[in-house]
Amino acid sequence: MAVELKAPALREYPVVPALQSDAMKDVVSYVANEKIQEAIGFPGKLDEGWQERAISKMGDLLGKYRSLRVFMDACVHCGACTDKCHYFIGTQDPKNMPVARQDLMRSVYRRYFTTAGKLFPRLVGARDLTRGVLDDWFRYYHQCSECRRCSVFCPYGIDTAEITMAGREILDAVGYGQKYSNEIIGKVHRIGNNLGLPGPALRDTLLGLEEDVKDETGVDVRYPLDEKGADVLLVTPSADFFAEPHVDSLIGYGKVFHAAGISWTLSSYSSEAGNFGMFIGNYEQLRKIAMRIREAALELGVKRIVVGECGHAWRVAYSFWNTLVGIGAGGKDPFAIELQRQLDPRHKQPTHICELTWDLIERGALRFDKDANDHRTITFHDSCNVARGSRMGDAPGGQFEIPRNIIRAVANKFVEMSPEVTRERTFCCGGGGGLLTDELLDLRIKGALPRMESLKQVVDNHGVNFMATICAICKAQFTKVLPYYGFKMSMVGGVHQLVSTAIRLGDSH
Amino acid sequence: MNAASYAFAMLFYLAVLVMAAGLATRILTYWRTPAPLKIPTTPAPVTSAGVGFRMAREILLFESLFKSNLWIWGLGWVFHVALALVLARHLRYFTEPIWPWVTLLQPFGIYAGFAMVAGVLGLWARRIFVERIRYISTISDHLMLVLLVGIASSGLGMRFIAHTDVIGVKLFFLGLMRADLHPLPGDGLLYVHLALVAGLMIIFPFSKLLHAPGIFFSPTRNQADDPRERRHIAPWAEQLELRR
Repeated sequence: MAVELKAPALREYPVVPALQSDAMKDVVSYVANEKIQEAIGFPGKLDEGWQERAISKMGDLLGKYRSLRVFMDACVHCGACTDKCHYFIGTQDPKNMPVARQDLMRSVYRRYFTTAGKLFPRLVGARDLTRGVLDDWFRYYHQCSECRRCSVFCPYGIDTAEITMAGREILDAVGYGQKYSNEIIGKVHRIGNNLGLPGPALRDTLLGLEEDVKDETGVDVRYPLDEKGADVLLVTPSADFFAEPHVDSLIGYGKVFHAAGISWTLSSYSSEAGNFGMFIGNYEQLRKIAMRIREAALELGVKRIVVGECGHAWRVAYSFWNTLVGIGAGGKDPFAIELQRQLDPRHKQPTHICELTWDLIERGALRFDKDANDHRTITFHDSCNVARGSRMGDAPGGQFEIPRNIIRAVANKFVEMSPEVTRERTFCCGGGGGLLTDELLDLRIKGALPRMESLKQVVDNHGVNFMATICAICKAQFTKVLPYYGFKMSMVGGVHQLVSTAIRLGDSH
Repeated sequence: MNAASYAFAMLFYLAVLVMAAGLATRILTYWRTPAPLKIPTTPAPVTSAGVGFRMAREILLFESLFKSNLWIWGLGWVFHVALALVLARHLRYFTEPIWPWVTLLQPFGIYAGFAMVAGVLGLWARRIFVERIRYISTISDHLMLVLLVGIASSGLGMRFIAHTDVIGVKLFFLGLMRADLHPLPGDGLLYVHLALVAGLMIIFPFSKLLHAPGIFFSPTRNQADDPRERRHIAPWAEQLELRR
């Protein structure tokens, strides 16, 4: 980037910022080229007749998604959501207010699908779908991380993520897709994971990890790949295989399995928990990507599917897998029954790695040297998709308690950030939802502002030096943006990184 | 019977028809559109009884709005509760004998009219003076408030300033309900009040007033959080499985 990017100043009192029209007009994600688009079945480029195709796609989605249908009608412009989006707070661009982002589509919906908008467009804020409007869609539907924070506060539960997804779906359908997400989806189909790490490289990486852990602990902890007959299939974000600090959590998962004596395996065919099909709002892609996991589970004959530390992956796994590919219980159709016959019904399917670890801790199956984490004063950043789009354990809110319980079980010093910005009110890291790409760095830095402010408070008041999180995107995003706010990038890490530091190996069996 | 009486009779038949048919169509559309994925905003209740409780809190107390902004919540809640009281009070014009609980509500219903106006004016002030809300407001958002203030103030005017012939009004509406037309008292304020009410009824199914039925169909609020226990699948998504 030619211009040097700077972080906005931290606000002492988080007042709602004044509007700055078009502040983020020039921060635009890269458009996917024809090759990327066509590889996953979308039109290569924006062609003649795109307008009719866009409207027809919109009509199609309105008939398929009750969320979109109801959300288009229900908004009363009350303003409850206007100050809730981290991208609005950080950028001051009014089109980053959730309702304004929705209105980019709602205005078009009114024009083509409602009586009032057909008759009196100006009165109800209806607009033709022009190239300018479409460009605004591309721009601002790629300045939303689909974090659902606005949906917590909307009196009708309107979730801007649903509208962003629909917007991206329409854009893809007219050949105007985003390079970052669509390229990654292509890689999953071609190679098996988002990062394009082929099987042999993966095997080498895992062998390397085994050596590292052996050197460090003297114990033979295994990181198995494609082992038929293992009890557990672990699917984890591919960043866990080599990115820092992600890999430290992968090391942690392996140690937990080792200490508990659980046989497990990774799959080279399905070496990715992430599912960018959700980011682009495309059901078929969502399903195809999830299908790889189902196929791997059937192929390897595992009894249990466990998901590593990844936010949107856990939302897809927990909330959607049963629907998409029958991983879960209660399906009476042949499709779901086939898998249920193989998976062990005593376990929740799928299981989050934190659920697995916490269950072992509760049963006394793991032992820790908590002092080993004493150099860390830890806080926990709730990842948006885990917090507002999923659950762990049996009770609502388990997704908040279980990771915190694990941290308290493996470390002595844990501090909460303000209740205004944790749990269901948590702020996105600023890089989720298909925005973790360099051309959007300015947006990502600004979007991190609210989280950085709450982090600053606990750093100043409690000496926090470690922010734990259970999402690969959060980890990558914070590693990148923390330095812009004067923090060390090594401050961020995984919950299982903490587990890894404190767990006792070898002597529990 | 004068021409105005006939005109208002026709207007109200039309308004009831448009509102009922329009809402029925809209609700049917919501009903028939599937929600293919489980998307409750979590933490969410895990049982349907829990969902009922969540919906009740949302509809009666505006729970989410309360979390968001106390000003909008306070003004909005006062307005809606006052509107409910005022509507309940108006049942006296459509029932004979008047239901006892309606009689009981009379005094509250009368003063609720003031609360309603206060709530609407407060919300309007926010729409004008809060920059963010001004930015998202359309002309129709303002006109809706004009309509509500007009209805409430003309109603209050008839109660507190220039009394209208309420017996005559009641005869007119009872007659309408039995297709037995009676004259409507000739009163300017009453004409304004009734015309605005009929207008509101007619635009109901075409406007943001659809938030009222919409909330019941909002998947982020009305779904139970049980995706691992129950397989949830939309008919159109099931078709994809046949193609596997």
